[in-house]
Amino acid sequence: MNTLRALMQPHRIALMLVFGGIVLWCALALRWDWIPVYAPLALEGLWRTVWILVITCVLGFLLAIPLGLAQAVGPWYLAIPARSFCTVIRGTPLLLQIWLLYYGLGSLFPQFPAIRSSELWPYLRQAWPYAVLALTMSYAGYEGEVMRGAFSSVAKGQLEAAKAYGMKRFTMFRRIWLPQAIRNVLPTLGGETILQLKATPLVATITVVELYAVSSKVRADTFIVYEPLLLLAVFYLMIAGAITLLFRRFERRGTGGARLKSADVRT
Amino acid sequence: MDALLDILGLTEAARLLSLSPPGWGMNLLRGLVNSLQIAFGAFGMGLVIGLFGAYGKLYGGPVLRDLLAIYTTVIRAVPELVLILILYYVGTDLINKAATMLGHGRVEISGVVAGIWVLGIVQGAYATEVLRGAIQAVPAGQIEAARVFGMPPFMLMRRVTIPAMMSFAIPGLANLWLIATKDTALLAIVGFNELTLETRQAAASTRAYFTFFLAAGALYLIVTLCSGVVFGRVEKWARRGQPSLREARR
Repeated sequence: MNTLRALMQPHRIALMLVFGGIVLWCALALRWDWIPVYAPLALEGLWRTVWILVITCVLGFLLAIPLGLAQAVGPWYLAIPARSFCTVIRGTPLLLQIWLLYYGLGSLFPQFPAIRSSELWPYLRQAWPYAVLALTMSYAGYEGEVMRGAFSSVAKGQLEAAKAYGMKRFTMFRRIWLPQAIRNVLPTLGGETILQLKATPLVATITVVELYAVSSKVRADTFIVYEPLLLLAVFYLMIAGAITLLFRRFERRGTGGARLKSADVRT
Repeated sequence: MDALLDILGLTEAARLLSLSPPGWGMNLLRGLVNSLQIAFGAFGMGLVIGLFGAYGKLYGGPVLRDLLAIYTTVIRAVPELVLILILYYVGTDLINKAATMLGHGRVEISGVVAGIWVLGIVQGAYATEVLRGAIQAVPAGQIEAARVFGMPPFMLMRRVTIPAMMSFAIPGLANLWLIATKDTALLAIVGFNELTLETRQAAASTRAYFTFFLAAGALYLIVTLCSGVVFGRVEKWARRGQPSLREARR
């Protein structure tokens, strides 16, 4: 109800009319006759984008937990490699990492007959394993840093209380430490997942056909420049909106009925 | 030196990366200079847009505020690669239309200018949010006091708001600078000769992919680490007279 009232202010109605006019003009004046031809391909691309996003975020996050833990409380022989991994990943462009893996490993593997004759070879010849590997490592690198802060921000008293109850270390980690750390960083994770979504079009440069690659194909085939790009931007806006809503739901569930702010928990 | 390279098995890599032809070192360095040029330009343009954007968001009228909200939301939700293509085509189209209207022929736009324009607009959206947060963190009383003294708005901004918000803005701006340096790599896809594209060309013509991509990675990493040191200094300078973050938290 409140959001509706916020939208119904006079200047917003005027703005919406202006935008409606622009959309109408786009629909009427620009060329959209290519859509039916490319719709199946676009849906396939959309599916592939979402699939890559989900897989790399889940795998990357699973990798980020040990990385963050090693940096927050690990001994130096684990902390230093974890920190250097995060620094290198965060300090170099993702495009370079993708190309290093795809062209570098891709030119290295065929030199070994053992790999060529192995069962993995049909997969290693395709582009998507390299794309998934690069994006997973990138997400792990950024999230490792986030999780480091999250693990060290959980109040010491909580862990001491768990220890006093006689919980085993793994139980304590599973029941107390990890859930609280994740709850603290959920808003950050939402933002990082949108950044990851924005990184997915880079894999189009190594011949993975996802949403962006489809729009490039339309542009190359029909010489229509703006329309596919605009539609593509709308698609990404919608996916980003869906991610925001999803994480808002997670956050609401994470805080449960308690509605505590992290500042209250810490004191 | 040569013996050391020989032991490490890096003779071939050193030959490929040497600064004089047939080595490709000079190409990589030229790419790095191009990348840094664009990053500097885009970061500067982003700061200017961000400052105006932040003031617009904080003190502007309702329409301006809504428009700025749309700008920052859209730019931050759409992949940079897509924005780069859209802005690149729009920019070149607009300039060419203007040129034909003024009676000139088609104009070739230099890659550096196009890169700065495209990445600058992207950076502007992020900078708007960073600077808005920083300005909001300045105690309102300080700005009100300056207003009571009768300072004109521009002097108020120069003397009070900007120095006071600096310490809040620097960490975010350091992050933005790193994003700017890494985003220059995306211009490789529109065919601009910055470090990543130079590297790929070198790698493709010598087939030494690992050597060149690792060398370029090292260059980017050096830039990142050096920027970290510089921004650490700047932050210290901006926070002079204030307790350090670690003490403040205690």
